[in-house]
Amino acid sequence: MRLRILPKEQVPEVVCALMADYRVWGPKAKGPQFAFEPLYDAAEMRLDYNISILSPKVALQPPEERIAVFRMGDGFTVEPVVDAEPTVIFGMHTCDLHSLSLLDRAFSADFPDAHYLERRNQTLVISMECLQPCDEHSFCKSMGTWTADGGYDLHLTDIGDAYTVHVGTERGAALLDKYAQARPATDADMRRLNEALSAKWPRFTHRLNFDSAELPSLLATAYDHPVWAELGERCLACGSCTNVCPTCYCFNVIDSPDLSLTEAVRLRRWDSCQLDEFARVASGENFREARAARQRHRMFRKGKWLYERFGALGCVGCGRCIRACLVHINIVDTFNTIHASQHRR
Amino acid sequence: MIESIYAPKIARLAEVRPMTELEKLFVIELPNGESLGHQPGQFVMLAIPGVGEAPISISSSPSRSNGRFELCVRRMGDVTGALHRMNPGDYVGIRGPFGHGFPIEQMRGKDMLFAPGGLGLAPLRSLINQVLDERGSFGRVIILYGAKRPAELLFRDELEQWAARDDVEFHVTVDRGDETWTGNIGVITTLFPKITVDPRNTVAVTCGPPIMYRFVLMEMLGKGIPETQIYLSLERRMKCGLAKCGHCQINHLYACKEGPVFTYAQIKNVPEAL
Repeated sequence: MRLRILPKEQVPEVVCALMADYRVWGPKAKGPQFAFEPLYDAAEMRLDYNISILSPKVALQPPEERIAVFRMGDGFTVEPVVDAEPTVIFGMHTCDLHSLSLLDRAFSADFPDAHYLERRNQTLVISMECLQPCDEHSFCKSMGTWTADGGYDLHLTDIGDAYTVHVGTERGAALLDKYAQARPATDADMRRLNEALSAKWPRFTHRLNFDSAELPSLLATAYDHPVWAELGERCLACGSCTNVCPTCYCFNVIDSPDLSLTEAVRLRRWDSCQLDEFARVASGENFREARAARQRHRMFRKGKWLYERFGALGCVGCGRCIRACLVHINIVDTFNTIHASQHRR
Repeated sequence: MIESIYAPKIARLAEVRPMTELEKLFVIELPNGESLGHQPGQFVMLAIPGVGEAPISISSSPSRSNGRFELCVRRMGDVTGALHRMNPGDYVGIRGPFGHGFPIEQMRGKDMLFAPGGLGLAPLRSLINQVLDERGSFGRVIILYGAKRPAELLFRDELEQWAARDDVEFHVTVDRGDETWTGNIGVITTLFPKITVDPRNTVAVTCGPPIMYRFVLMEMLGKGIPETQIYLSLERRMKCGLAKCGHCQINHLYACKEGPVFTYAQIKNVPEAL
């Protein structure tokens, strides 16, 4: 029996205890919305959040991080900076949990990236089962990410006055034993869990009009589809969609000197394929000059290219890019439009 | 201390040779006599501390490494501008070599047709000199080189050597001549009618500005050279060189990993490639 019970009233104490030994990230209110941020007070945590503005990716690949320090003098020296500390991410929804598996593959492939991987190794993930969709933009059911199939250290499900805790890893088990008094689940708890999950089922709807497994083959013949030109007309090239995306990991590398010119930091900063200069070379040639081509590039990465490279779709159905878009570019509508035009009878 | 794939090695500028108004050749030594260990066609990320980093193709052939390698760099932006202001004895950062270079093993025994345009000679020179250093392993060596003006011709001393060799068929042209120029005038494609090839036994290699490719490719394909035997080296923006940052992506391909050297067969159906 791996299932344990954590009473809700115990959560603040657990978080408090964790904060003594870990950097704890959790959902906090941010105006009318929510954001994943380091917690300084257990009472700040809002496990009743719907969706965070940015994904908890920010804990693993921050918007900007120092990756090396150059010291200049007679010649120069370089010192890598790997900025990792024991971390717990508390309350991650399962769409974001799925995105971690893609980020893990991207940063491990070919040339392992110590900056991400060391932080990842020191991070424990406590995920949470979603019992209702965040809002009308969620399409996690279509992407198969509306529940978890591993990837967490502990997984919580709300059963009223308590959470069931599924232990996913040995590290998770040790954390639970050390920081919480979680009793074994009883038959009554199991019944409440089953009821909660049964009630979840009808609340989520499919929003893609086809199986997401078909996305790579659907896009294979959609490169010249008129929908891209239409998106290009509307797109403001602001990069909001990629900033909020839990699986976007493209970055810029910037060397920034201090005022004395004796020290420079090498920064890694989020970048966006939607920005005009992303694919521009020194001669001025821009290989994705049209906004239509840049939107197509983003959606092909999500639906095809990342899948071909890493075996996982690059979209987890969180709907953040749809919420963030100022001109209502909608990846679900786009994929459905392509599907409809290819399956017209 | 944890190793970072983004921390460069510190390398020393051993020599700086002016070449044209815009290009200089930088001869670089890694610390402790370490060899770069590159293949022709690969590139390095070159860093100027406090300024930034840029991908630069390696101009020298492994056969002439001698503990040093060479970068032929045009002054274009912040990093290359800062590099051009540096002197022998100054230090730069080097990461790499990166990318998929020219598969020289598959080229042995074949006739070699090189068609570099302008600065495209910089990456091709690494392969040309490797082939010339193993001259007996290859069939004919044909070099067709085009530049905008005589003053923009790179590696002039080597061009003269190639022209003088009777085991190299060398043709050069400029788009516009000057008062001293007595050679060919016209774009690089005007050189193709001067040569005949045995298409199935020929490997063709080209690199140049994007506009050049479609015309040079037409000449190569028009001579019957198979698509799998035509190689190109593509330029892209790069920030990592490690197939992560996303900048160099050409549809599904990463120029820094699957490239920068591709066969025409690999990219002919990749719309963003050319």
